[in-house]
Amino acid sequence: MTATTAATTATTMVLAEKVHKSFGHVEVLKGIDLEVGNGEVVCLLGPSGSGKSTFLRCINHLERIDGGRLSVDGELIGYRQNGDKLYEMHEREVAAQRRGIGMVFQRFNLFPHMTALENVMEAPVQVRKEAKASARVRSLELLERVGLGDKAGNYPAQLSGGQQQRVAIARALAMKPKLMLFDEPTSALDPELVGEVLDVMKDLAAEGMTMIVVTHEIGFAREVADTVVFMDGGVVVEAGKPSDVIGNPQHPRTQAFLSKVL
Amino acid sequence: MSAVVSAAPAASRPELITAVPVRRTGQWISAAVVVAIVALLVWSVATNENLQWSVVGDYLFDGSILRGAVTTIQLTVLSMVIGVVLGVVLAVMRLSANPVLSVVSNAYLWLFRGTPVLVQVVIWFNLALIFPTLGFGSFSVETNSVITTFGAALLALALNEAAYMAEVVRGGILSVDRGQTEAAHALGLTGSQTMRRIVLPQAMRVIVPPTGNELVTMLKTTSLVAVIGGTEMFGVAQAIGARDFTTFPMLIVACFWYLAMTSVLSYAQSKLERRFARGTQAGIANTPGTLQRLLGSRLPARTATPGGTR
Repeated sequence: MTATTAATTATTMVLAEKVHKSFGHVEVLKGIDLEVGNGEVVCLLGPSGSGKSTFLRCINHLERIDGGRLSVDGELIGYRQNGDKLYEMHEREVAAQRRGIGMVFQRFNLFPHMTALENVMEAPVQVRKEAKASARVRSLELLERVGLGDKAGNYPAQLSGGQQQRVAIARALAMKPKLMLFDEPTSALDPELVGEVLDVMKDLAAEGMTMIVVTHEIGFAREVADTVVFMDGGVVVEAGKPSDVIGNPQHPRTQAFLSKVL
Repeated sequence: MSAVVSAAPAASRPELITAVPVRRTGQWISAAVVVAIVALLVWSVATNENLQWSVVGDYLFDGSILRGAVTTIQLTVLSMVIGVVLGVVLAVMRLSANPVLSVVSNAYLWLFRGTPVLVQVVIWFNLALIFPTLGFGSFSVETNSVITTFGAALLALALNEAAYMAEVVRGGILSVDRGQTEAAHALGLTGSQTMRRIVLPQAMRVIVPPTGNELVTMLKTTSLVAVIGGTEMFGVAQAIGARDFTTFPMLIVACFWYLAMTSVLSYAQSKLERRFARGTQAGIANTPGTLQRLLGSRLPARTATPGGTR
């Protein structure tokens, strides 16, 4: 049940093998296998509680996996392997790994005490120790790119949900990530604001960014995704091209889900 | 109580209601009773010869009392500064995933919150009884040369305050949404960067008001230092009272200055709280004052003006 697109992409960006994750006695991920190629856009679909968000959060080690292997760009996430022994990474090493992985949250999670520009500048200045002047220029360019060049001085509370989420995308891009994770980026938005965020994401996909998107936007998945993965009950039920998984689902569980959301 | 009248044009609106307010006769009777009792008390105190009001007047602006007040302020400010800084450290330690840090912090809080601050003041003052010298190896100094009366007072108050501030700061830190920490971590910020740049600045909104309370409390708590012969205001007032057999007048002098200082602080605190509440809840700005509450029922609907008087 591996979503293998190795035929179309040269290198592998994310490789998950039998990933397990439990919260207490509840096993949320029961062995996820997934391969995401460089430049590929993968959409994770599935009912709530299927483990798709948890899996996404494992990819940048916001959640620690209990079993299996998970690597990004050939590097194990959260662990170091020496022989056949695994060593837990130090907090600083985890932080260093996360620099290359951007994440966008359902609830935006912008820093409310900073302006849009300061939000975008924060990580380049604090983490990459970039000079403030150059970080400012680059951050303004990023805000321009998401269509918010004129909102640089606004605080998050002064922005609409859609604008906040676009700032959040610019903030993640400021670290020049090789991989972007989106955790239901439009689920907290008013319906009329969903489009502006999806447009930014489409542009990003067109530029060749590797993206993993947890979403309920079937239309977006059909249009933008190279691979659609349907998850349920902590396992990958079905994966493949959008035309197959969404257009002609094979598994009854996928069929049932899509018949309700389409 | 303060009905806010909208400024919107009333063109298409129904006429505003002008009703006779409910009569609150009970309120007026009880107010009269209270005023009568207070007047009686004031009269009995003001005309009491044992109080020696002339002595109160003589010492109210006496140099030694004023110097004592300055010492009180110094002790308050220094204790609070040390207490806040150490309190932040203790709070972060307590919330740390590192068990050594959190256990140390918990033990500190247990010890310093579990013993009376008066006892702590006396312990620091008498430290020389068990440790005549301080230091290690060849370096050592006389304990009493380091821990003077002021030093003992400062240590006791600051270390005790740190324990209470730690809880205030911890509450502030916990009030910040977890998503903030996750977003910072996802950007690659380390734990300490996240705390310093993201969490603590947001926790300030919750931390500032109770810290103002702590400051007012600290100002009054400094009076405990009188028991070890401190030269802060209460100690000075007591010493003069004992010398001249004017105990009560000197207590009144001390109370006057404590009230003056806490009134200034309380006023500053309410200003500060209003500032921090701005944009979060409209409630505070419209809370009617006491006079407004009492008279409110007698007044027709009107726009709320702070401290509104008739």
